[in-house]
Amino acid sequence: MIRGLGRRVISGVSRLGHATFFLARLMPALGAALTRMRLIVQQLYMTGVLTLVIVVVSGAFVGMILALQGYNTLVRYDAQSSLGLLVALSLTRELGPVLTALLFAGRAGSALTAEIGLMKATEQLAGMEMMAVDPLSRVVAPRFWAGWAAVPLLAMIFSAVGVIGAYIVAVGDLGLDGGVFWSQMQSGVSVSNDIMGGLVKSVVFGFVVSWIAVFEGYDAKPTSEGVSRATTRTVVSSSLAILGLDFIMTAFMLRGL
Amino acid sequence: MQAKSMEFTVGLFVVAGLLALAMLALKVGNIHALNLGGTYAVTADFNDIGSLKTKAPVTVAGVRVGHVAHITVDPTTYQAVVTLDLLKKYRFPRDSSASIETAGLLGEQYVSLSPGGSRHYLKNGGKIRITQSAIILEKIISQLLYSKAGHSSGHS
Repeated sequence: MIRGLGRRVISGVSRLGHATFFLARLMPALGAALTRMRLIVQQLYMTGVLTLVIVVVSGAFVGMILALQGYNTLVRYDAQSSLGLLVALSLTRELGPVLTALLFAGRAGSALTAEIGLMKATEQLAGMEMMAVDPLSRVVAPRFWAGWAAVPLLAMIFSAVGVIGAYIVAVGDLGLDGGVFWSQMQSGVSVSNDIMGGLVKSVVFGFVVSWIAVFEGYDAKPTSEGVSRATTRTVVSSSLAILGLDFIMTAFMLRGL
Repeated sequence: MQAKSMEFTVGLFVVAGLLALAMLALKVGNIHALNLGGTYAVTADFNDIGSLKTKAPVTVAGVRVGHVAHITVDPTTYQAVVTLDLLKKYRFPRDSSASIETAGLLGEQYVSLSPGGSRHYLKNGGKIRITQSAIILEKIISQLLYSKAGHSSGHS
């Protein structure tokens, strides 16, 4: 059993090394891809715009749930006026970036992996190489850029929609005062710490999720089973990476580093 | 045609993301307090500010008119020097007084201004002379307990 554990650790670490080499090979292609904005825009549509619906709906529900739950707890201490602050801080610091990245990994990351993996399985990538087209800069790099750019944008939309959802529940249903809701929020949320901190987090998540997705796709075994396994691995490893990195970044941010 | 409409949708998406960031900064955060017609700074010395923090609101009659910009200690008198940024559209008489109050029993502390009757107004860099320190609940409770203890020992 210990031997099995050791083997898994070693294979996991060597996979990380493999992914890092892949990233290093991708670097020159990333610069070249910036000259073909059309491809990036196309991918931004596939990854960003098509993920928008699930992000908006989840954001609204998370905001409304936070308002209900927060109110239920705060009302015991007669502190329901802080509800707006509670919701805004939870969303901008944590839930916005993290949940958006998780949803993105499930909705768009898996699709990226499957698409690149299938291109490999049907030998489209090999065909491109034959025609002296670098598949890294033609296929992988635009998807990487688009995924990286989409996550922060989606995270901001998630937080904003969540706050609006919480406002609707708090003022419309629970009968809180709208002015208190916003003013407590504004006096407690700092733009430079909380909102920018959330933005930094989502930029990091966008990078990691896109990296994992394109790597798993490019590295998939060129069979139908290989592609399906790669898709699963994308969702599992990006979720774990998001939560682990979130813990580290939160620890740094709260200590004021 | 199709490529054009896709580009337009992507553009809309980017605009929506930036708008969301702007809304978070302006409506959820407190950037707007800095640039709403500008502010002027006045200082007030307090013996004890309790747990007043920077960015706490400054109110008159309960209406927010500014915020606490920074808090330092005067090196000679050892009093707390609180700098208040007040919105330029409000002017206050020079003999106004400032007190530190608490929102609710356990809420955050803020500075409340009471306007005086002078015809001269506070200017940028001016000073509020009449101040009242924060009421610290623990101190009042301990004073009450000491006085009770004093009474009961006197009787027995």
